[in-house]
Amino acid sequence: MTLINGLLQGGQEILGILLAPLLMGWVGIWRAWLQNRQAPPLIQPYRQLFKLFHKEVVLAETASPLLRVTPYLLFGCMGLTASLIPMVITDLPLAGAVDVIALVGLLSLARVFLALAAMDVGTAFGSLGARREMLVSFLAEPALLMVFFTVASLNASTSLRFMVTGFAARGFYLYPSLAFAGVAFLMVLLAENGRIPVDNPETHLELTMIHEAMILEYSGRHLALIEWANALKLLIYFSLGFALFLPFGLTDSLQGWGILRALILFLLKLTVMGAGLAVLETVSAKQRLFRVPEYLGTAFLLAVLAILLHYLLGS
Amino acid sequence: MSLLPLDLIGSILIGWGGLGLLGLVVPARWGRCLLFPLITGLSALMAGAGLWALQGGAQTLVLPMGLPGMPFHLRLDVLSAFFLTLLGLAGSGISAYATGYFRHMAETRAGDFQRLILLYALFLASMGTVLVADDAYFFMVAWEGMALSSYFLVTTDHEIPAIRDAGFLYLLMAHLGAIALLLCFGLLQSGAGGDYAFATLRHHSLTGFWSSMTFLLALIGFGAKAGLLPLHSWLPEAHPAAPSPVSALMSGIMLKMALYGLLRVLFDLLGQPLWWWGALLVGLGSLTALFGVLFAAVQSDIKRLLAWSSVENMGLILSGLGLTLLFHGAGQETVAALALAAVLYHALNHAFFKGLLFLGAGSVLHATAERNMAKLGGLIRVMPWVAGLSLIGILSLAGLPPFNGFISEWLLLQAYLLRPDLPQPWLNMVLPLGAAVLALVGALAGFAMVKFYGIIFLGQTRGLVLGEVHDIGLWERFGMGWMALGCVLLGLFPSSVILQLDTVTHVLVGQGLGASAARHGWLWVTPVAASRASYSPLILFAVIVVSVGLTFLGVRRFFHGRWRRAPAWDCGYPFQTARMQDSADGFGQPIKQIFESFFGLSREIPSPFDPHPHYHSEVRDPLWGLCYLPLVRGVDRLVKMVGVLQQGRISIYLLFSFTTLLALLALVTGTLP
Repeated sequence: MTLINGLLQGGQEILGILLAPLLMGWVGIWRAWLQNRQAPPLIQPYRQLFKLFHKEVVLAETASPLLRVTPYLLFGCMGLTASLIPMVITDLPLAGAVDVIALVGLLSLARVFLALAAMDVGTAFGSLGARREMLVSFLAEPALLMVFFTVASLNASTSLRFMVTGFAARGFYLYPSLAFAGVAFLMVLLAENGRIPVDNPETHLELTMIHEAMILEYSGRHLALIEWANALKLLIYFSLGFALFLPFGLTDSLQGWGILRALILFLLKLTVMGAGLAVLETVSAKQRLFRVPEYLGTAFLLAVLAILLHYLLGS
Repeated sequence: MSLLPLDLIGSILIGWGGLGLLGLVVPARWGRCLLFPLITGLSALMAGAGLWALQGGAQTLVLPMGLPGMPFHLRLDVLSAFFLTLLGLAGSGISAYATGYFRHMAETRAGDFQRLILLYALFLASMGTVLVADDAYFFMVAWEGMALSSYFLVTTDHEIPAIRDAGFLYLLMAHLGAIALLLCFGLLQSGAGGDYAFATLRHHSLTGFWSSMTFLLALIGFGAKAGLLPLHSWLPEAHPAAPSPVSALMSGIMLKMALYGLLRVLFDLLGQPLWWWGALLVGLGSLTALFGVLFAAVQSDIKRLLAWSSVENMGLILSGLGLTLLFHGAGQETVAALALAAVLYHALNHAFFKGLLFLGAGSVLHATAERNMAKLGGLIRVMPWVAGLSLIGILSLAGLPPFNGFISEWLLLQAYLLRPDLPQPWLNMVLPLGAAVLALVGALAGFAMVKFYGIIFLGQTRGLVLGEVHDIGLWERFGMGWMALGCVLLGLFPSSVILQLDTVTHVLVGQGLGASAARHGWLWVTPVAASRASYSPLILFAVIVVSVGLTFLGVRRFFHGRWRRAPAWDCGYPFQTARMQDSADGFGQPIKQIFESFFGLSREIPSPFDPHPHYHSEVRDPLWGLCYLPLVRGVDRLVKMVGVLQQGRISIYLLFSFTTLLALLALVTGTLP
């Protein structure tokens, strides 16, 4: 049983890795449609990755080994994180080793390395990007943790598996605390993935860019890995959201049909929410950088309110 | 007669003292090459003895010395043993490093160095003595010895006025704390009869008001040493002023003596805790942690940044201690044991990663003679050893898995999240706020550490000539490597560590985690139950390695591995210089802007037409203005009032004596019939 579960976990990681650029493409198509542009083909992100992988790597003369290690580390961490989240099945053998707090730590590890590598070359943009990224994260990370704590308190567990199955065991209830936590999670998702109120993934305008400023010095396969890891991060946040707030369809058993149904539901959720993300981005405006702390502070407060509400109302 | 742990520990303490005295006699070069390695060896032995004592019961010894009728009592129990282990483990790494670090000083300032050996050894010995002292008198002697020896170590470079000021502030705060401790022990003993031995105090229990007063005095006394708000002001001044290995000793080990003292008084000597003690500690500790990390994020002096981060970590430790008290007082010993294990674990972790980082900062300081981060940069290319080992330190301090800082914060968060069931309903609701503060502090520590590492080691140099900078020697590598190894091992094998901590939590709160935490084998930590939370750093580490390795192999297998070097991209602007990078001030600027009202901030920004632009920005501790300066003014006024009495004329003084005598006589005749 454990072997099959292990294989399924590996399969889920590969599924996540392969699916991530598709999700990016899907969101891109919707953004293009909503903005009255002609949409790129769905597989455009794969083509870009393929092109980048074949290009030569050009390293800055001042780059230290840290810059060369980071893309692999980032991609490895993201791939690992993707395998730990219950996307299709909940009974993942490795999931016991990493609970949600460690999961946040793992994402944070990847981010710290990306920020450090950005400062490595010693250009103005790199350190500017690193500083802004850390600014966003020091408020987004505690907000994310508080969202997790709310759900963890509801289910008396910080292990993702039991957090998900806890809901399934109790049936469908409306929890006011979860509503607050859900809004906070959505705000964090937008901020952490460099989406529109906080960062614009399509711009290289130095006054506003965050993520793009950090990765200016990468090229070739390094850039490909970072772009791919970034797509994977979006998928990770989506699947975390599904696991915490829309856990229906996830299966604990290994019956063939259950897995297939869970897989189809997962793809369906991605399809709908990917389009939803594009809509959300189109209707909102990019904020000034120093409005971002207010935005994230709101997310943090909402998440804290959620957990307070949980203790106030009881579960 | 067989050798007992206490005998061994006593001999090590005497050995340290003896080596220190020997340092005064032998030439400085011998002192460095011979005595420091011996001190290191004794520290390692101390770690072994501590671990040995951790397995056994309590041992006592009465020394045939001390005051008449008040001999010195020694006692070794598991609580002392844990802290002795910490002292030995961290002390051996730091002392090994010091062997190499003081090379220059031993050659150029032999006399100063001979004194330094004595003080260094006495500092270690007095910390060890604090841990085994078993009566209030001996405890205070050792405590004062620790304060004085560290004061003289802080003022090693006393020709610099700022260092003298820092030393004076430290001495002042240490003595304020000592007065509070004296009163605290006095209260503990009051009415007990007999001597001041801890055994007497242990059997004598206080209640109500006096017990709370004792708690508050202990909090002030030990809090002043731990840097608890608002008694923290000396810490960011004194710790950076000392030579770096001494800073590492002070931040890594001496601060933990305050934790030991609090544990000793609160759990061993004083009776049942009241609920508000814990609540007060949780609140003050969380505030201290937040305060410390915010100030750490805006510093641009390398050692001062680390010192503020020590304030933060002590805040976390003390908030965990408060949590332990709360649950212990409510009779919920499982959660109390969890919080206490987190506290002890974090104390151990902090000794390692903060020691490591102070040693790294010392190497940078020694090689570049520059403490201002704004002038550093790019050191990873010329100091690969320091940069590599410091990287482990910052990842640990930032609380990232699988390193050691993560596991203790994880345990503390679990303690916060374990469904609290306190008799005070509003406390149950407020406690999650503590978890929120902890999460925020952790993320801000990440910010501060990226700044610390990125500005010092990465990028291009901001004005130094890198060719003249050298990497560290063998002794320093060994010392820093030892500390880094500690960070990694403590992070990877938490259940083995928790099993060792178990004896301590059993003695203090009557419960241990060992039965549940290690139930699923040494690979896993499950503080309460597997369905509640589980974590396995070793597996996590292994899968990170596998997954990064597979990524690398996959990319290499399917694609080419070509690369070449080129100048960094200049974004179309060809005049890029190193000065366009973020400075330390620039990196911390968002924090300054967001929390502007919180800092006492003064800024001078030059106008665009200024031919000689000068930018000046200063962050002050608002508590100086709120607490300290009013106090100083009050004392000043009081002194002036006393001055009125002192006219400097003998006849006036005779008049004072005469009236006093008259008043006394009147009093005596009035009361006596």
